[in-house]
Amino acid sequence: MGKLLEVKNLEVSFQTYGGEVQAVRGVSFYLNKGETLAIVGESGSGKSVTSQTIMRLIPTPPGKIKNGQILFDGEDLVKKTDKEMEQIRGRDIGMIFQDPMTSLNPTMKVGHQIMEVIMKHQKLPKSAAKERAIELLRLVGIPMPEKRVNQYPHEFSGGMRQRAMIAIALASNPKLLIADEPTTALDVTIQAQILELMKDIQKKTGTAIIFITHDLGVVANVADRVAVMYAGKIVEMGTVDEIFYDPRHPYTWGLLASMPSLDSDDKAELASIPGSPPDLTNPPKGDAFAPRNPYAMKIDFEMEPPLFQISDTHYAATWLLHPDAPKVEPPEAVKRRLRKLSTNYPQPIIVRESE
Amino acid sequence: MLRYISKRLLYMLMSLFLIVTVTFFLMRAAPGGPFSSEKQVPPEIEKNLNEYYGLDRPWYIQYFDYLVSIAKWDFGPSFKYKGQTVNDLINEGFPVSFFLGMESLLIAISIGVLLGIIAALNHNKWQDYAAMVFAVLGISVPSFIMASILQYFLAIKLGWFPVARWESLQHTVLPALALAAMPMAFIARLTRSSMLEVLGNDYIRTAKAKGLSQGQITVKHAIRNAILPVVTYLGPLSAQILTGSFVIEKIFGIPGLGSHFVTSITNRDYTTIMGVTVFYSILLLLSVLLVDIAYGFIDPRIKLAGGKKGE
Repeated sequence: MGKLLEVKNLEVSFQTYGGEVQAVRGVSFYLNKGETLAIVGESGSGKSVTSQTIMRLIPTPPGKIKNGQILFDGEDLVKKTDKEMEQIRGRDIGMIFQDPMTSLNPTMKVGHQIMEVIMKHQKLPKSAAKERAIELLRLVGIPMPEKRVNQYPHEFSGGMRQRAMIAIALASNPKLLIADEPTTALDVTIQAQILELMKDIQKKTGTAIIFITHDLGVVANVADRVAVMYAGKIVEMGTVDEIFYDPRHPYTWGLLASMPSLDSDDKAELASIPGSPPDLTNPPKGDAFAPRNPYAMKIDFEMEPPLFQISDTHYAATWLLHPDAPKVEPPEAVKRRLRKLSTNYPQPIIVRESE
Repeated sequence: MLRYISKRLLYMLMSLFLIVTVTFFLMRAAPGGPFSSEKQVPPEIEKNLNEYYGLDRPWYIQYFDYLVSIAKWDFGPSFKYKGQTVNDLINEGFPVSFFLGMESLLIAISIGVLLGIIAALNHNKWQDYAAMVFAVLGISVPSFIMASILQYFLAIKLGWFPVARWESLQHTVLPALALAAMPMAFIARLTRSSMLEVLGNDYIRTAKAKGLSQGQITVKHAIRNAILPVVTYLGPLSAQILTGSFVIEKIFGIPGLGSHFVTSITNRDYTTIMGVTVFYSILLLLSVLLVDIAYGFIDPRIKLAGGKKGE
């Protein structure tokens, strides 16, 4: 399994009246072929910007890729011209957006919106494109696709529209599917259906998926690996098991602790992470999470933590993993789920020094 | 669809009835009469005139007579233009005004929409500012000044077009341009703001994520969604422009319908006032109906009430 996508030290900022907002501050991750990577984090953590930057969809200006590489199939997307990107968007990388209610053109037939992709990238004639559109609608589980293909988005329900969006994203068999909170705007039963559909499609087509979400329940359901983002950085990354059963970063602990579960005591109050994410116009010195971190040490406010490697696949950026750091106990909700993982190294290794 | 249109036509008749009634009584309520002008007419002759035009009869008889004749598309004789009926005036003036109006409408829509799109696509760049300066000029410069400027430069200095009169197609260009300036500027501004709004929509991002080029996105996804406000404005605009403009027709010496709107009032030319008002109202109501029907075609979410299905 080779690497399909490798993002290296990506930095994206937006020029605003209030100053330069550093939305993504040095993000690095990779994605193997056919794999699902979930990027989680709260609003404003830079997860959507990261994904839209891969597609080069952020408006420039005000947006700007300040640094870094996006290697897709070995080619750097940052260096591509707009014309070259048009060939990659829709063909090699498909994208599903958060709100299916507004992401489809209200004045164009759904079938036509799917056919556009096919006609652009496969260069098929109209009739063949329509056949393929019907086939795609059937693939995403829309009943009576021959009839639906001639309907407008307002004649579709929310879940149906998201299925149609998926059909658009899949229209030319992309190697990578980026799903930006695809289930957030849907109700829970529909969410489950859409997730099942995406897993099913991945099995059939072998496409890799980047799944952006703030819902850890969804992550556990779909992802192979997880990257946790906070304030424009990836603070922890690992396989699903590593993130759920052996989390190391206090922010991940906070996220996991604030996840309601069926067997939790109904008298216990649902935990939350106090405070709000920092203003990225002036990113704080040291660890951006420090002011909200109950485990923060003095050094967290002064120096950015180095990146530690806990196993072959597990990384976390926190001072708590430093040999000199005191031993701390994660919150009760997290402690309950901790397991000993055999793949861990005896000691976390520093792979990137603090800056 | 057919049911919808017939229903709308019925409503139109009702509105028309109201318009006729209100105009009729407003006109009578205004002081003076068609024969109480500068020149004092002897009382006997005034009596005869009033008798001839039926002005001596009680108002309700006049009113009902008028309703009956209007239903027969007969607007009666003009008080001012002797020997001519109001129908004659309209039949002579309207084709001229209509031709001129159509020409300006075409100019206004095509250039206005184009300018608006260029401005929106180059938001906050020089093309945007240039188009908007152009638009502000078009809106703020009165049509008589615009007309004089066009006459001075294009006709007198460059000699490309005749200065005035209504003879050949060449003669129509300058008045059409002068008449189009204001609506064109307005359409440009409408299109720009509407395009800017549409370009910020999620589905435009979706189109971009499909790999479509900016041109394809604009043509296939943006314009149709952005054009609705312009179409709305076109309803009253076309009624207004097609019935001619007093100012432009005076400046260019065009025998159109526009001047009758103004002169008939100063003349207390009752039948002409009524005639052109009714005629204008019919045009306005028709164009509004056309706009509403056009909505249904442009945006499938707008269903025309009355029909069971929006198809």
